[in-house]
Amino acid sequence: MAQIFHRSANSLANITIAAVILGIGGLLWASYRIDQGSFITEVGIARQQPVPFSHKHHVTDDGIDCRYCHTSVEVSPFAGLPPTETCMSCHSQIWTNAEMLEPVRASYRTGQSIEWTRVYDLPDFVYFNHSIHINKGVGCSTCHGRVDLMPLTYKANTLYMQWCVECHRNPAKYVRPREEVFNMTYQAPGNQMELGRRLVAEYKVQSLTDCVTCHR
Amino acid sequence: MDTEQPTTTAVSIDPGPAKVLGPGHDYGTVTDKIGGVVFMPFTKTPRQMFIGFACGFVLVNIFLVAVTWLFIRGVGVWGIRIPIAWGFAIVNFVWWIGIGHAGTLISAILLLLKQDWRTSINRFSEAMTLFAVACAGMFPILHLGRPWLAYWLVPYPNTMWLWPQPRSPLIWDVFAVSTYATVSLLFWFTGLIPDLATMRDKARGPVGRKIYGVLAMGWRGSARHWSRYQKAYLLLAGLSTPLVVSVHSVVSFDFAIAILPGWHTTIFPPYFVAGAIYSGFAMVLSLAIPVRRWYHLEDLITMRHIECMAKVMLGTGLIVAYGYGMEAFIAWYSGNQYERFMYMNRAWLGHYWWTFALLITCNILIPQALWSRRVRMNVGAVFVISLVVNVGMWLERFVIVVTSLERDFLSSSWNRYYPTVWDWATYFGTIGVFLSLMFLFIRGLPAISIFEMREVVHQLTHPEEPSPAHGD
Repeated sequence: MAQIFHRSANSLANITIAAVILGIGGLLWASYRIDQGSFITEVGIARQQPVPFSHKHHVTDDGIDCRYCHTSVEVSPFAGLPPTETCMSCHSQIWTNAEMLEPVRASYRTGQSIEWTRVYDLPDFVYFNHSIHINKGVGCSTCHGRVDLMPLTYKANTLYMQWCVECHRNPAKYVRPREEVFNMTYQAPGNQMELGRRLVAEYKVQSLTDCVTCHR
Repeated sequence: MDTEQPTTTAVSIDPGPAKVLGPGHDYGTVTDKIGGVVFMPFTKTPRQMFIGFACGFVLVNIFLVAVTWLFIRGVGVWGIRIPIAWGFAIVNFVWWIGIGHAGTLISAILLLLKQDWRTSINRFSEAMTLFAVACAGMFPILHLGRPWLAYWLVPYPNTMWLWPQPRSPLIWDVFAVSTYATVSLLFWFTGLIPDLATMRDKARGPVGRKIYGVLAMGWRGSARHWSRYQKAYLLLAGLSTPLVVSVHSVVSFDFAIAILPGWHTTIFPPYFVAGAIYSGFAMVLSLAIPVRRWYHLEDLITMRHIECMAKVMLGTGLIVAYGYGMEAFIAWYSGNQYERFMYMNRAWLGHYWWTFALLITCNILIPQALWSRRVRMNVGAVFVISLVVNVGMWLERFVIVVTSLERDFLSSSWNRYYPTVWDWATYFGTIGVFLSLMFLFIRGLPAISIFEMREVVHQLTHPEEPSPAHGD
């Protein structure tokens, strides 16, 4: 009786086994990498805005405090986006003819708000409050990165639950003195854990990891 | 290799309760007879097979409709309501998982115990195990509410930094059932390899030769192949053995770990395992008896097989009866008002008292007929009793799940459970899935182990040699 399979079937069988194992492993690895990468998370990718607003220019060059524009960050869940009047408090005097700022002036003339694109957009099933974080010693730059160095604003962190929970499980790793919260150039000291533990006790920071803390 | 349809010299007569093989068989006739079921021309397939498969296939379609509707509308289409959150899905899950256990017991434990009557029914019951586990595994996933997130049950590095709760028996289930499915599949497939090679050599068309050839993975039947094969098979049998006990113990923990009266019972693990084997043997009999008749396999699946299975059913049924007795006794002996109320509600006061009465009738009273040798020798009677036990074991799970949940500690939360048409459609749908797979298996693969039957022939013709059991 003739052979059913050619000699090459032996190699083919081995290659198939290897290909299946490597293929499944590779697929899992690739999907994990894609999930973590900026294609999905948009970390490090500047969003298109109606006006190319530069935090770098306003914070570093001009020395404007975060709270000049984000006025409600210390007292409300929402940090606050400035009304056009805030922009015009300077731009009615300087760069009044700049082409780039025409949408701002148009907004001022018509009373229509500028439609900024949210960079940090939490899912709607997550409850988040800025004021509690600010008041318990979580710095702006801890979550938002060095905004003072961003010509165009991008996400510095994934906002994955993984990332939230990492701090919620052990806040001492990230807490800083309250007076340093708005300091964009703050560097964690060498004894962060020691300082963190002290601040956690002093500010009565709780490690809240119940589902209902954020998913209310 | 001749291409003629092999002629069978042995006649299909049952050799009686003493023998595991009919008279006149040699290596060739056994091979031809079992292979003949698969290589039978399409037009000569027994009509009952077509009818059976058609019924199964209709039920598969009902299943698909029921599941589609479930995915569109959510679990609200079922009769579940708080506090009866489990309902049919878990009843059917436990029932199907239990049915699978007979296959593992026959394949692994009876192999290690060198029971000669396991040989012609092991392949068949292993396939049954596999298909039953597939049906069982669907229910908890359908019951999730958002079944497309079922992979959350698996611990894997995820962006939420969450892991499944290791203290929950529901997670133990995931591991128990997936291990069970994997080991059962490996065991079944490993057992098939030498037979697949036989099928490859016997197949008439090039397509059949190729398909069986790929599946046989280059088996040539050399001494080295056999030596390794027997080691592997014995190892797998050893791996499967603890699973007979562990899987259903873990399933019983779903109930026993909870503090609900009627569930929170230490006797659950052994009593569930006995019940699983009980229902599994009932299912093997319910399937083997008709198939044996349709394909005239009375000389391979003899009265000895049927009688042995009937005896196992009787024995495990008595363990289950002891379990019921203990539940009643502990309800009284504990002096706990909730336990006592639960039992009274289950057996007498509740609106589902009749399911309990039916359960006792099906699982305890009727199977007692198997004490009589005349009944065990009557194929029709054994078939009917096996169906009754299948119903009874389903009712057992229904009584445990539903009557306990309907009446929990707070009378303000009491409620009544009524299954909807979608509950029934899903349940009967999985029976269709099971039957269809079973019929396809019988049609496409040797449903009885050819090489092990040849070993039986060898033992019968060479009684002076020590038994060449696996791994010796």
